[in-house]
Amino acid sequence: MFRNNYDNDAVTFSPQGRIFQVEYAQEAVKQGSVVVGLVNKTHAVLVGLKRNAEELSSYQKKIIEIDSHMGIAIAGLASDARVLSNFMKQQSLGSKMTYGRPIPLERIVTQIGDRAQTNTQQYGKRPYGVGLLVAGVDETGPHLFEFQPSGLTHEMLACAIGARSQMARTYLERHLDEFSDCSRDELINHGLRALKETLSQDKELTVDNTSVGVVGLAPEGSKSKIQSFKLYEGQETLPLLEALERSETSGEAGGEGSMEVDS
Amino acid sequence: MEHFPEAWGRPRNDIYGPYDHSYLQTTGPKAHTQSPAVTGTSVIGVKFNGGVAIASDNLASYGSLARFTDVKRLRVFGDSAIVGFGGDVSDMQHIDRLLNSIDIRENYSSDGNLLNAKNLHTYLSKVFYKRRSEFNPLWNHILVAGFDGDGKPFLSSADLLGTTFSAPHLATGFGAHLAIPILRRLFPEDTPLENISKEQAVEALRECIKVLWYRDARSLDKFSIATVTKDGIEVKEDEKVEAQSWAFAETIRGYGAQVN
Repeated sequence: MFRNNYDNDAVTFSPQGRIFQVEYAQEAVKQGSVVVGLVNKTHAVLVGLKRNAEELSSYQKKIIEIDSHMGIAIAGLASDARVLSNFMKQQSLGSKMTYGRPIPLERIVTQIGDRAQTNTQQYGKRPYGVGLLVAGVDETGPHLFEFQPSGLTHEMLACAIGARSQMARTYLERHLDEFSDCSRDELINHGLRALKETLSQDKELTVDNTSVGVVGLAPEGSKSKIQSFKLYEGQETLPLLEALERSETSGEAGGEGSMEVDS
Repeated sequence: MEHFPEAWGRPRNDIYGPYDHSYLQTTGPKAHTQSPAVTGTSVIGVKFNGGVAIASDNLASYGSLARFTDVKRLRVFGDSAIVGFGGDVSDMQHIDRLLNSIDIRENYSSDGNLLNAKNLHTYLSKVFYKRRSEFNPLWNHILVAGFDGDGKPFLSSADLLGTTFSAPHLATGFGAHLAIPILRRLFPEDTPLENISKEQAVEALRECIKVLWYRDARSLDKFSIATVTKDGIEVKEDEKVEAQSWAFAETIRGYGAQVN
């Protein structure tokens, strides 16, 4: 049987210059259920599709609030994500404690990127098997970052990771121009539509399997500068799903039936 | 003739009493970090419409000796914050190094998230509190001037215990006794900030520095004065107290050599 000699640890390059353990970790991300993130000028939105292990079990957690100004969506090994999110919560709290300032997004994303990178360069370590979408606001406005097990981080306008996420990315690419000037609700709607694209034939978005996280700048004249991270789960998602249904029947926010043309 | 060489150069026991050896203790906890050596005194700050003004003299004293007369005790941080230091000068230099490393770290990624004066003040007060909790305090009293997160003028103090205090006008050292009453008279507590111009604030600080030079024995007639506004920071480090008039000194009674 063919055996790969270069995937026993994460510190050995293959002759082609690849590190297989890192690539396998990236496969773990693709096993996780899909999460979508997108930003415009005022808000950052995360939406996720939750799976339940079995009929009687609860649904997994896909979106985690890190601080009042940011949250993450996870795809892959949830337990690895918990380690990372605990770290992020600590750093975030530390920044608030010592400087009285919400930690800048780029800063904390760089920190988890650095952490993940050390796992790919030390013998006996394993890369994190999870990909993250980090959404939040700071002094410079709303941001969305993608984090990969390799330690690679990118700032994104819109992104989807997890199983069948290509479908969502296709949707996001097609509608990218509409995001930047749309409202908070429209942005959520776009997120949900991207999420819906990834569903297999027999699946539907329901209040049980959908979660949505939103954070953004507060409207002009408000007391605080930001609208704190708000996580919608369970019955709270119902109005959002209803809005999604309405927009589909009327054909707005989706881009005047362009889907039919392109498919 | 004193026959014991170890006593040479020491105050004579028969005149000054037995020498106090407690300073030479070799056992027990280290205590030299718990008192200052070379010190700066007053820093004074006033908020005005659209910014903050801050001033301090350029003196570092060694006890009562005016040891260093060109010490700059106002430290600019970034492009919109100034820290004014009173207290131990070597501890000031230590904090200066801390601030330098933060400045480098903050500017490493040019993402526009820069620390404002309020963040800086929070940080410094935590540093002070940590050090005092280790019984190894940084012997300083500082003023931080700049802007807060909402872009409003910010002026606040932190001391060696980690105590923080904020007011429209603040002072450290002897200035807290001599300058604050003057500033309170010039700009009463209920004066809206909009009614205080930059020129008024700077003039008031110059006046305070002059009074300190008249009346505080640990002060100097050379001083630094700085303003932070939205347009940036202006620092003048080689100012001199002008239009001095010591006539009032004649009328002072109660101490010193007096004939009557």
